Amino acid sequence: MFWRETYIVFRRQLRMALRNPAWVIIGLVQPILYLCLFGPLLEPLAGTLGAENAYTLFVPGLLVQLGLFGALFAGFGLIAEWRAGVIEAERVTPASRTALLLGRILRDVLQLFVQGLVLIGLAFLFGLTGSLPGMALGLVLTVLLGAACAAASNALALTTKSEDVMAPVINSVALPVLLLSGILLPMTIGPQWLQVVSDFMPTKYIVNAIRELFTGDFWTITTMWGVLWTLVLFAAGLWVGTRTFRRENA
Amino acid sequence: MIHARGLARTFEGRGRGKAQEEVKAVAGVDIDLAEGEIVGFLGPNGAGKTTTLRMLTTLLKPTAGSATVAGFDVATQSQQVRRSIGYVSQSGSTSPEARAGEEVVDHGMLYGISQKQAESRGRELFEQLDLEGLWERKPQAMSGGQRRRLDTAMGLVHDPTLVFLDEPTTGLDPQARANLWTHISDLRTRRGATIFLTTHYLDEADALCDRILVIDHGSIVASDTPDALKRQVAGDLVSLVVADASKAAAAAELLGRIADTEVEVTGAQAGAAVSARVRGAGHEVAGLIRGLDAAGIDLESIEVRRPTLDDVFLDLTGRSLREQGA
Repeated sequence: MFWRETYIVFRRQLRMALRNPAWVIIGLVQPILYLCLFGPLLEPLAGTLGAENAYTLFVPGLLVQLGLFGALFAGFGLIAEWRAGVIEAERVTPASRTALLLGRILRDVLQLFVQGLVLIGLAFLFGLTGSLPGMALGLVLTVLLGAACAAASNALALTTKSEDVMAPVINSVALPVLLLSGILLPMTIGPQWLQVVSDFMPTKYIVNAIRELFTGDFWTITTMWGVLWTLVLFAAGLWVGTRTFRRENA
Repeated sequence: MIHARGLARTFEGRGRGKAQEEVKAVAGVDIDLAEGEIVGFLGPNGAGKTTTLRMLTTLLKPTAGSATVAGFDVATQSQQVRRSIGYVSQSGSTSPEARAGEEVVDHGMLYGISQKQAESRGRELFEQLDLEGLWERKPQAMSGGQRRRLDTAMGLVHDPTLVFLDEPTTGLDPQARANLWTHISDLRTRRGATIFLTTHYLDEADALCDRILVIDHGSIVASDTPDALKRQVAGDLVSLVVADASKAAAAAELLGRIADTEVEVTGAQAGAAVSARVRGAGHEVAGLIRGLDAAGIDLESIEVRRPTLDDVFLDLTGRSLREQGA
């Protein structure tokens, strides 16, 4: 029953998204723009940053950025649905509350997965080299992180029920995370104090882990930390999300 | 179908400071609905209608009291309650950019019925609710009346025996309202459904309901048939406009003989109005006119108005329902 309900919600979300050309195009164009417009800037810098290949350094960061940003904004769609009465209508059915959340998250996760595939595939054209299983694992970590963010974003949406409240919250979270995770440039080139601050950012460990995975280093301390943090965030995101969806009057 | 006892809901006030203020949205209501009844739940905005409805439909937990809906306890058997009831909320139920038919099918499937069943049931409802040809239409391209009927179809796709309608006709034009009323009363005649609807339109309650519950400040202040409620108001309102104001006192004296309330005289100049409530005015008024005639009092007009539910509401709560209505 639970999986059937999750599937019904997922199918509905996906159908509506696919019918919206803007959603499909923007989703695919984003990673392409980063690769084409930012990637070339990094190429001459790769050596000084301690990487043999600029794209092995850059693509993991882009993956995490996709996971964070795409998913953190997922909640805005939920507010629109809530306003249209859809959430309340679904809550008077006997369907599991967790299924209502999970079906939505799965759509965001699928979007992220496809975007990640496009990004990695395209990066090969630009000269990406590295370990294929490592890239696959990196994509899995990205998807799990995205699921956590989508769940948290949906929870926030259902709690605030207002785009005006939610937008500043998301932005004030996303920007420091973006800057302190070494997404675009590795934190190791920064001054000591900046590195210390970034040590408190779980996503930095995830970015670093995906970078190592891309180069084929599976069993290092860095990848272990990254995997651990991904799982912690994933569990926390789902916990907050299901709790909010199960709460009465949410 | 519904038995509620002392059902209450208090919200924590959001006031700052130490003292947590408690707001009693619903202060303990008893509600009973028999199978096949259409009952109207009437009250001004903020009286506790929607809160009560949300408790009965398991969307909100009562803070006190108990209720069984369709034979199941709302607190402990919410799953079974949800399976047995249909709920048409006032805020809509479909995404504007989804397709109407798909929304109905998905909604039915969330109730556990198969896609095939949901589809045939949905198409049948579209036919009954005058939504033929709109299966592929997006709700954003529908009129207000069509959207409300689509919401109704959403609430009925799993064939519930008890249907909750929250202000079903708010915001509709008179023609669309009358049309939806037909569909609502059809629900009972065709499907034997029990219907509980909230409204702040008195004519709606009057036209549709076997029985009316009036809620004000979180408590039920009356429960009866529309006619019995109107009878509670002391009679029909008889208003005379006297051509010669100096004879108003004499007219008031004559009206006072048959009146059941104090006679009110307004306007001392030309065209003074004299009014009072009279039980069974239809029977009494002929004699009154003969008496006025014999006394040589000329009337500019005479009006006999049957009590409306608005009068009932004014009587019960001391304020008019229309002032509050949106």
